[in-house]
Amino acid sequence: MTKINKNKPLEGILVLEFCQYLSGPSAGLRLADLGARVIKIENPGKGDLCRILPIKDQWVEENTLLFHTINRNKESYTANLKSEGELAEIKKLISKADVMLHNFRPGVMEKLGLDFQQAKMCNSEIIFAEISGYGKEEPWAKKPGQDLLLQAMSGLMYASGDREDAPTPFGLAIGDILCGAQVVQAVLAALVYRKRKNKAVKIEVSLLESLIDFQFEIFTTYFTSGKLPVRSAVNNAHPLLGAPYGIYETHDGHIALAMISLKDLKETLGSTELDEFDQSMVFSKRDKIKSVLVEILKKENSAFWMKKLQANGLWAADLKNWEQLKNSEGYKKLQLEQEIKFSEEKTIKTNRCPIRIDGEVMWGEIPAPNLGEHSKAIKREFELNEELL
Amino acid sequence: MKLLEGITVVDFSQFLSGPSASLRLADFGARVIKIEKTGTGDICRQLYVSEIEVANESTLFHTINRNKESFSANLKDERDKHQVLELIKKADVVMHNFRPGVMDRLGFSYEKVQKLNPEIIYAGISGYGEEGEWKDLPGQDLLLQSLSGLPYLNGESTKLPTPMGISVVDILAGTHLAQGILAALVKRDATGQGSLVQVSMLESALEFQFEVFTTFLNDGEELPERSEKNHAHSYIAAPYGVYETTDGFLALAMGSIPKLAELLSCSPLLKYDNPKNWFKQRDAIKKILADHLKNQKTSYWLNILEPADIWCAKVLNIEELTVEEGYKVLEMEMTVNTSKGQQIKTTRCPVRINGMKLNSERGAPFLGEHNDAIVVEFGLKN
Repeated sequence: MTKINKNKPLEGILVLEFCQYLSGPSAGLRLADLGARVIKIENPGKGDLCRILPIKDQWVEENTLLFHTINRNKESYTANLKSEGELAEIKKLISKADVMLHNFRPGVMEKLGLDFQQAKMCNSEIIFAEISGYGKEEPWAKKPGQDLLLQAMSGLMYASGDREDAPTPFGLAIGDILCGAQVVQAVLAALVYRKRKNKAVKIEVSLLESLIDFQFEIFTTYFTSGKLPVRSAVNNAHPLLGAPYGIYETHDGHIALAMISLKDLKETLGSTELDEFDQSMVFSKRDKIKSVLVEILKKENSAFWMKKLQANGLWAADLKNWEQLKNSEGYKKLQLEQEIKFSEEKTIKTNRCPIRIDGEVMWGEIPAPNLGEHSKAIKREFELNEELL
Repeated sequence: MKLLEGITVVDFSQFLSGPSASLRLADFGARVIKIEKTGTGDICRQLYVSEIEVANESTLFHTINRNKESFSANLKDERDKHQVLELIKKADVVMHNFRPGVMDRLGFSYEKVQKLNPEIIYAGISGYGEEGEWKDLPGQDLLLQSLSGLPYLNGESTKLPTPMGISVVDILAGTHLAQGILAALVKRDATGQGSLVQVSMLESALEFQFEVFTTFLNDGEELPERSEKNHAHSYIAAPYGVYETTDGFLALAMGSIPKLAELLSCSPLLKYDNPKNWFKQRDAIKKILADHLKNQKTSYWLNILEPADIWCAKVLNIEELTVEEGYKVLEMEMTVNTSKGQQIKTTRCPVRINGMKLNSERGAPFLGEHNDAIVVEFGLKN
């Protein structure tokens, strides 16, 4: 049975999502999971292009599994924003909404007549949030705001992988996700403000600014030292951290060593090869120290090392892949999956909102909408222009 | 522009996850008071990275604790504890990132705090949730990456599992906590009720992977495979990746292979004309592209690809980025000043409100810097 929470924090908040792909829709998803009503405003032809962008060719009826993952728990309303009549309906909808999100390229909403100034004329208390790739300033404003490209431009590719490796991207759309997360924070803070001041608020976030903020430690270290932080040559896990920080191969798998003092390591591993190093060298000699560790750790199984490390309370972990994770007791206990039901035969499993309120998991088990699925009902409910039906 | 003006946050958290959440609340105008252990304070003060320090404290500490106040207290001392409880009575939010049970043992359980202040938002980050076999393990970023499968998504298939080189789980758990706190404030405005908000690093790490983890859950649980060459994403077809040129590197996102073949004059790619094969044959396609792209400069390729609307970009390190005009116009840099007169250049909040950048020039507090003022202001006498 679909799990439903009675008491979600954003109950009664109406969000219009003029977004596609991941950055904006991931923000809409979080707001929906926290209880807001989120209506996707989509182009009547194809809608959100994520509907037809499959991963591993997985589909649920006419939409991709990916679309279902990002857009569950939302409604869909189609409108041709270039038609005057339909635009008027959208403006009426805006007058009833609390929040508008969009991730069009700079200038598009202005051309459509749906920029902040116009939205404010429909609704003097609207929270208007816009996402861009690079901000609105030239020379980069018109570049495509695609995640991998932003990772490339933001310096992030020099954080992962070893020094001699090519620049190494994060294997997930980190720019989109972070930008979406920033938008959610700002929208919610703006709702708090609006309650007190009864004023509209405009929010702007870009992928580039989000990715720079994400690397604030590296940027600040660079500003302070004047030296570019570099990746460790051996088993890098963070350019700013010294030995032993990294992932190491063992005889039968991999273990991670986080911050552990050399003294503790020497005692725990019972080896004399580390004797020539002391704690003052963990950064300056990190590659040498890590090379010694590489040789020591590959001689025994992960379990052998983990037992010793954990017995001394040291910060280490045995690597798990998803299958191993999923079969762990800890995973089951946390109820990390939810099930979305389409019909008696068809259900999918997906992640859930990571935030608990009053001890309850915030479930969101309502399937993503088909294109325009709620147009009629929304027109009726908000008394939009009936004759266009 | 202070969206959260008038909101007071009492923050027991240390290191990165909790403090990054309260940093954003401070950026938005909330007043954040750090409760720190007398003598040592937030352990992050002494967590040196790269041997760079500010006023004998770590740069990292000064970066994520700007625009906050510090109240030092020995929570095992009854007088100090009483003062902190009195402060909580007047706060809107209490937050922490201790392991499960620690706040209770210190005498600051949700039940107790809620009794003192029924409308309180009480928020906590744990490593692995409040229950289960892992709850007492250290909630450290690399360890959470290692448990949640993240290192199997980065780097090429011939490499060791490759962690993400920024503390991504800490930072995401921080954003999730801030989201929960802010949603709870919205709810309190509407209903007059406080809330308990809980986030764990493990749940945040899994949610971060929601697109690909959902694929795994529904495709018969096939594990992700990294490309052998020029890897960028385990689930995206060629050409998606990073390619070496004679003078640097070029990132190529999604694009049509025959179109690339034509634009780049790379005839061996022409035979890959069926998009359905671009995922299965990604290693072969990427190898051909890599061999071809290494013969010219990055700018040579960009001049061909950008006008044709192919999604591509030059790979920059931060030294190269910070001299670009496109970076400078964002005005991401700001200088904060500590009360002892040091200046630290750092980056600003990435959000703009009503067209304004949120710059806050007040540096991080020294340990206990605001005790006297807070005692007087909140009337915290014994």
